[in-house]
Amino acid sequence: MELGIVAFVLTNVLVKGLLVGFVYAIIALGYTMVYGVLQLINFAHSEVFITGGVVGFEVFRILGPSPMNGYLKLAIALIAAMIVAGFLNVLIERLAYRPLRNAPRLVPLISAIGVSLVLQDVIRFLEGLAGRFNLVYVLPDVFTQRAFGVPVPFSTAIVPVQGKDVIVIVVAILMLVGLTYLVNYTRLGRAIRAVAQDRTTSGLMGIDANRIISLTFLIGGALGGVGGVLFGIFFSKVDPYAGTIPGIKAFTAAVLGGIGSIPGAVLGGLVLGLLENLIGVLNVFAQVPALGFLKSIGAEYKDIGAFIALILILIFRPAGLLGRNTTEKV
Amino acid sequence: MILDVNGITKTFGGLLAVNSVDLKVPDRSIVSVIGPNGAGKTTFFNMITGIYKPDKGSIVLGGRDLVGLRPDQVTAAGIARTFQNIRLFSAMTAEENILVGRHPRQKSSFVDALLRTRRFREDEAAARAKARELLDFVNLGRYRNEFATNLPYGDQRRLEIARALATDPKLVLLDEPAAGMNPRETEDLKALIRRIRDELGVTVVLIEHDMRLVMTLSEQITVLDYGTKIAEGLPHEVRNDARVMEAYLGRGAAAGEYGKEAR
Repeated sequence: MELGIVAFVLTNVLVKGLLVGFVYAIIALGYTMVYGVLQLINFAHSEVFITGGVVGFEVFRILGPSPMNGYLKLAIALIAAMIVAGFLNVLIERLAYRPLRNAPRLVPLISAIGVSLVLQDVIRFLEGLAGRFNLVYVLPDVFTQRAFGVPVPFSTAIVPVQGKDVIVIVVAILMLVGLTYLVNYTRLGRAIRAVAQDRTTSGLMGIDANRIISLTFLIGGALGGVGGVLFGIFFSKVDPYAGTIPGIKAFTAAVLGGIGSIPGAVLGGLVLGLLENLIGVLNVFAQVPALGFLKSIGAEYKDIGAFIALILILIFRPAGLLGRNTTEKV
Repeated sequence: MILDVNGITKTFGGLLAVNSVDLKVPDRSIVSVIGPNGAGKTTFFNMITGIYKPDKGSIVLGGRDLVGLRPDQVTAAGIARTFQNIRLFSAMTAEENILVGRHPRQKSSFVDALLRTRRFREDEAAARAKARELLDFVNLGRYRNEFATNLPYGDQRRLEIARALATDPKLVLLDEPAAGMNPRETEDLKALIRRIRDELGVTVVLIEHDMRLVMTLSEQITVLDYGTKIAEGLPHEVRNDARVMEAYLGRGAAAGEYGKEAR
């Protein structure tokens, strides 16, 4: 087996894995932050995130013909998605979770699943009214050219990196840095951590827990919105039901990293992204005589493989990769 | 009177936890609430701080009725507290714990923080300066960046007090601050409580079982038993009160040793 092919395949896995991994990470943060403050798994987050993707689609569609700079369009799409998804998430908490705050924990979970189904159909209905069913992103040319129009050596020879790939990674990293700063070094971040650790005591420290919970949903939803736009850019399209699978994977990533932990969500996202892309190319190695059995493991097995890996990791580290110390809990 | 509690009552199901209790706390005083376990002392504190809403009665702080306010609003109004079981944010450093206490007095918003406005930077610097000052006040300056959970027990108690003081209270409620302390730590605590009043001008209300501490520190003592106030007065008055001795020692027990030895 040629070394060149192996290098090509592995570099491809690395790049694709990181790209998808960063998108998962950003979505996973929404699950983990909400879990941190409410111990609730917000199953509606997959729809909040895809709502961001739909808003992004609409912005690119409407601005498509305009000669506006592509990056400006991107900025508008991201901000619009953050606002819509963020406030949608706040609204969901107010209407569907807050009234159930003191109910047994399964109750808001069911409510979350209900919200998720409702949102899927609301999106389908709204886009369907306009006759749009397949929401293909109208991306500015700069995104689909090679990275920033510069022939990056990397991009031509080994992996076809497009401008949009660079955008996905840059935006994701900016979001992660911003969130880390906000959570660790600001008044709001301390309040979020305080509410996550002990809601009663934080109340006695003058923190209005309901306000902080709303702001946590706002931030988690806004991140989900960004995740949706990046998802749409990366896969070139979204649809009302497209949130479910990546949502479950992002949730998986949050659990993998240790739910409630912010660095854990990021690590979990990256690990999951890399893992599933690695499994997707395993059949390439079937040429090696001893590994012939890999031939039948096609790309369609990547989800199964990723989840088997998850199960194995959780058997040996039930709290997730970084879940052991509640130090990082948010 | 900085705090005027009037006839507050709380029942849990059929249990009358606190029955029409009054408490008048003079400004800049140190007063104690004592009583056997289960007498309703902590429930009484929980009503003052807004965790429970009293069924009846009023709680007036500096002329303002606090009944019906949420705990965070009570804190903003000027009452801070510590807990019987230490409830520090264990995954935060000593300084961060105090900064959380600073929350209600900080002005900068979420947007200020994202944009790092001047207001945010000044607000944050002021909060950190205050945190450092309070850590020094309770003599924990060396633990600034240590996780709260790693501090020795007695120091955790003092950190909790510093965190309560960070909210700029008019009055601080200390729920069994000496619990689990060794005699030396208790002595330090006594000095600290005096300094809170003398140097910071903050009124102190204590729940405490360590009678030596209560008797030497308090300017007024209120005794609860089965949710009812059974005595009130100066330390020597309460010490010699027949009903108090009965509550602690049981009917018929001799007065002799009680009050000399704690618990």
